[in-house]
Amino acid sequence: MTNYKVIFDITRTHLQTRLKQTSVAALGVTFGIGTFIIMMGFMTGLNGLLDGLVLNRTPHIHIYNEIKPTDDQPIELDEAFAGNFNIIHNVKPKESLVRIHNALPLIAELQKDKRVKGVTSQAIARVFYVAGSIQLNGIVNGIDVMDEIKLFNFGDYIVEGSGESLLKRTNGILLGAGIAKKMSLDLGDKINVSSVNGGVFPLKIVGIYQSGLAEVDNTQSFVNVKTAQQLLGEGSNYISDINVKLNNMDLAPEMAKELTKSFDLTATDIQTANAQFETGTSIRNLITYAVSITLLIVAGFGIYNILNMLIYEKMNDIAILKATGFSGSDVKKIFISQAVIIGFIGGMLGLILGFVGSVIIDHTPFNTEALPTIKTYPINFNPLFYIVGITFAMISTFLAGYLPARKAEKIDPVEIIRGQ
Amino acid sequence: MIVLETKNINKHFHNPIDFHVLKDITLSIDQGEFVSIMGKSGCGKSTLLYILSTMDTDYTGELHLAGKIVSGRPQQELAVIRNEHIGFVFQFHYLLPEFSVIDNVMLPARKLGKKSYKEIKQDAYDKLELLGIKEQADKKASMLSGGQKQRVSIARALINDPAIIMGDEPTGNLDSKNSENVFNIFKDLSSQQNLSLLIVTHDQDFANKTDRIIEMEDGKIIV
Ligand SMILES: Nc1ncnc2c1ncn2[C@@H]1O[C@H](COP(=O)(O)OP(=O)(O)OP(=O)(O)O)[C@@H](O)[C@H]1O
Ligand SMILES: [Mg+2]
Repeated sequence: MTNYKVIFDITRTHLQTRLKQTSVAALGVTFGIGTFIIMMGFMTGLNGLLDGLVLNRTPHIHIYNEIKPTDDQPIELDEAFAGNFNIIHNVKPKESLVRIHNALPLIAELQKDKRVKGVTSQAIARVFYVAGSIQLNGIVNGIDVMDEIKLFNFGDYIVEGSGESLLKRTNGILLGAGIAKKMSLDLGDKINVSSVNGGVFPLKIVGIYQSGLAEVDNTQSFVNVKTAQQLLGEGSNYISDINVKLNNMDLAPEMAKELTKSFDLTATDIQTANAQFETGTSIRNLITYAVSITLLIVAGFGIYNILNMLIYEKMNDIAILKATGFSGSDVKKIFISQAVIIGFIGGMLGLILGFVGSVIIDHTPFNTEALPTIKTYPINFNPLFYIVGITFAMISTFLAGYLPARKAEKIDPVEIIRGQ
Repeated sequence: MIVLETKNINKHFHNPIDFHVLKDITLSIDQGEFVSIMGKSGCGKSTLLYILSTMDTDYTGELHLAGKIVSGRPQQELAVIRNEHIGFVFQFHYLLPEFSVIDNVMLPARKLGKKSYKEIKQDAYDKLELLGIKEQADKKASMLSGGQKQRVSIARALINDPAIIMGDEPTGNLDSKNSENVFNIFKDLSSQQNLSLLIVTHDQDFANKTDRIIEMEDGKIIV
């Protein structure tokens, strides 16, 4: 039978009369949990940002026609040479169109597929940008701008003007920021684009596109798909690239294989294209967890030490309590509850510290060329971190208190009284 | 009626060498009896008292308290028995220094949990009044003088109305006036409240005034 009210009163008196040590122990936990929350929020926020940078605008499956030598050379197909070991020198790809054959039926097919969230098609043209005497070579992507905005957050990368304005002007262009800078062009200016087969098209700049990747921004611009087809001198069924977004990204590799096989096209999935990216994310997560757990363990040792000291100081009290009828388990409860209270108060303050720290970071300006849409440091306010934080605080302080409390439980009062 | 009884209690210490400290201790104490234990230093008085108070369980033989056998019961149960039936007064007053006097006195009763907080507080005031230190009730225990502390620890021993009070030289640290005082309190408790007392003492005058003296020598009872 335990009278918890007495146990709690004793606990409270012990904590109150050692306010300084108690506070130091609690602050250790506060610091550990606070840092955990801030680190998790910041690191996963950063991960999310980087994911967004690459993953949000990367199609889950990219379908195109790769120029490469045919796998089955004619000699392999001729029965007369079957079984021979044929060596062919200087294999060259056959001249072939970049266009995707029967693109429109393929798109229709993909859109019917239940796994597919959306499909965008592009016509890509190699061009020269001409302004005055300067010529820069580059790439013009013919896109359906609304689809791109909807599926690949295209709108986030238009730093001036707007993506939608492309709809109103058939001869509009969203110019890469690097090109605009090099050629001293601005919103509303005209630019001439000359295609590989000689035609020159005057286009009006209705927006500036900045991806944050200099390589892209220095070469790439976007126009309506029709405009690109005209640049290429092709009809409205000319499509060079199809981008697919799936409902579940994990299905991409399997589906890409399927497409490659049944349509004789090249289909690459996002996992293959960005393998190194995933590794980066998981390593960052690993580091975050390792550092946070180390901090919490250090805080746990702090509590362990302080309770150990407290128990040595309180030997006489423990002996008296036992002599007057408190059982070993009562004494154990007294010390465990001290640890748990320290853990709870320290942990709660830690959550507050973590939250306040996160809010401050969230409001700290962070401007970088590379990330045009980001104005402040990214922070992830996932409630899960707060739940994990307080749970870990409670568990670790319980364990830190448990060992010293067990020692208190086992103290023999006779030994203490005799020792007086 | 017999309150406390032992049959052939033997105890050995094994460290550093085997030492037979208590030899065939058989004794009994009646209700309301005031008994003192005397004997040379090192003869085993304290050791016996720790066994009788159930704190030490490493012995052979039988111990009966209020008609029930106590030997061999688990620690948890012994704690309850101590709490309810035994009041212990030490030579060194042994209060919880950070708690107030009244809280110290109340603790065993709150552990027992048979009465409400208010009733316990009233009981504690009554016991303190009985010992003439009611006005110290709200002070911290560490502030009191030695004699006052000793009286507080007697009040604490009384709080659950135990069957027996045991004391290990409870007057050993007090001057003759305070010692006399404590004796009178004990005497009143035994004669008026029919409480049994078993007190270890080196004070011959103190012992002479008790109902019976148990003499010990080399771990044996000789008278
Ligand atoms: N833990 C122990 N291990 C070994 N021997 C012990 C232990 N505790 C006590 N002794 C011995 O047991 C004997 C009895 O000790 P005890 O404390 O009971 O004596 P006492 O009669 O109370 O003496 P005093 O009058 O001085 O208080 C002593 O010789 C002591 O040295
Ligand atoms: Mg002794």
